[in-house]
Amino acid sequence: MYGIRSALSSRATLPVLLFAGFLLSFAIPAYGLLDLYVQLIIIYIGINIILALSLNIVNGYMGEFSVGHAGFMSIGAYVSAVLTVKVFPYDQAFLFFPAAIIAGGIAAAVLGLVVAIPSFKTRGDYLAIVTLAFSMIIKSVFDNIDYVGGARGFTGMDRLTTLPMTYFWTVLSIWVMRNFIYSKFGRGMLAIREEEIAAEMMTVDTRRVKALAFVISSFFAGIAGALLAHMLQFINPRMFDIIKSTDILIMVYLGGIGSITGSIIGATLFTVLIEVLRPLEMWRMVLMPLLLVVLMIYRPLGIMGLRELKLFIPGHDGACLRDKPDKKGIQDAS
Amino acid sequence: MLLETKGVTQRFGGICAVSELNLKVEAGEVVGVIGPNGAGKTTVFNIITGVYNPTAGNVYFDGTDITGMSPHRIAAKGIARTFQNIRLFRGLSVIDNVRIAHYTAAKYSTIEAALHIGRFGSEERRILDSSHDLLNAFGLEQYASARAADLPYGLQRRLEIARALAIKPELLLLDEPAAGMNPREIDSLIGLIRDIRETFGLTILLIEHQMRLVMSICERIVVLDFGATIAEGSPEEIRSDGRVIEAYLGKKQSGEVSCDA
Repeated sequence: MYGIRSALSSRATLPVLLFAGFLLSFAIPAYGLLDLYVQLIIIYIGINIILALSLNIVNGYMGEFSVGHAGFMSIGAYVSAVLTVKVFPYDQAFLFFPAAIIAGGIAAAVLGLVVAIPSFKTRGDYLAIVTLAFSMIIKSVFDNIDYVGGARGFTGMDRLTTLPMTYFWTVLSIWVMRNFIYSKFGRGMLAIREEEIAAEMMTVDTRRVKALAFVISSFFAGIAGALLAHMLQFINPRMFDIIKSTDILIMVYLGGIGSITGSIIGATLFTVLIEVLRPLEMWRMVLMPLLLVVLMIYRPLGIMGLRELKLFIPGHDGACLRDKPDKKGIQDAS
Repeated sequence: MLLETKGVTQRFGGICAVSELNLKVEAGEVVGVIGPNGAGKTTVFNIITGVYNPTAGNVYFDGTDITGMSPHRIAAKGIARTFQNIRLFRGLSVIDNVRIAHYTAAKYSTIEAALHIGRFGSEERRILDSSHDLLNAFGLEQYASARAADLPYGLQRRLEIARALAIKPELLLLDEPAAGMNPREIDSLIGLIRDIRETFGLTILLIEHQMRLVMSICERIVVLDFGATIAEGSPEEIRSDGRVIEAYLGKKQSGEVSCDA
């Protein structure tokens, strides 16, 4: 256990692990190292990690409570799907797929910016209702656009979300979000969570930070949506309803708020549990929420709440991570 | 004139919290604002720092009109403050409390932040160094990685001042810095305020009920009651001012007045 711990905390191991993972993501499908079902679950895990971490930025790091994350996801899914099916040349869809993913992310980010505007004036419960309403509006809009099949859904995408593709986007998303978290903007988000008035007095442009948090959060939700659309090859508005948003919330709070490690653990655990518990059929829907209730009672911050593996902390931030002096030491010194 | 308010008035519904306030602070001065509870002292601070947009009147800082400017821009112009009820980022480390105050000072774009490229590295290093320097100057370096909420009360007050200085202000507003402190802590606070004034070349405006602190460090005192200035002068003048005594202790009853006559 100690060996694993020190290996994980060494920064030199990170590039090695990442590269090994990248090779593996090609090798697994090429040599059939895992069966297709397991490969599918791994792709799901990747998508869910992006979703959980992107929601964690607004809910965990900034301390708001957004409950309509699936809305942003649907924008990414629909925009990218329409692009690969109807706009980009069909026989070269694979080449254009990254552009479609990014376009999906940008479209979602634009709507994220729209949701950020009420957040300048509103907080907590009220903002939660705004995000909920917003995701319902998006769903009804897709329900009523015939061009994308309305309530029947939209299909015709190739299965472009392969294992290497998912791996690449998951790692890239985690990296960019981590970079933001460990920058002045990320610290601005923490300051808003802790004490918004003091944040302003300490020169933090809270409006800009809020707008940025929503834009980043929705951008990556859009990316996850684009990946999902090209994995399932079929999307309909019902897939992105309040239940989906709730699933993402569960991943975030299960893994732990304000933690990259937490979001990765939460998304992985949630995805695997859903599959493992599949034989229980309807009891699964009783067991999962029950698990959440137990967790909230005994570990209200989630598995890794407000804590982080050193692996995810950039080198320049290491200086402030020496072991914390115990409380007794502090009191003596005063 | 570093700070000047001209006819500043603040109404909340039917209540007039501040009326026609004309406050002047010269560069380098230490000015005290005193007055009974509810006299509008903290409201004045909130107007100066942009939390409230005054109903009437203007605030000038360094000759520019800062009325209605957003708080973070006023702060970046060089006005820092502490709060009556400490408002630290409680769940964050001591060093992060100070680093956050470098938000505007950190010159890099969102793209540079997203990819950790360009000016990001050097700016982050500079901010971290400057934050550690501040903690050193305030004797807080040993707690750099401790949670701010875990610090004892006196050190939390100290950290709040350190954090305010991280924005490199010209003017420091202290809202009851001695609140809840014991006499020994107040002595060390008096020393601290004198020190930072010397080292950082600051102008200080402070609200305080602790007369020992006010009388020993303020060169000039402004007395507020019901949102208006009722007296202004040196500590000696204020000590013997009849209106000040009246505001704090109340009027003599009419029967007693006739006795005096």
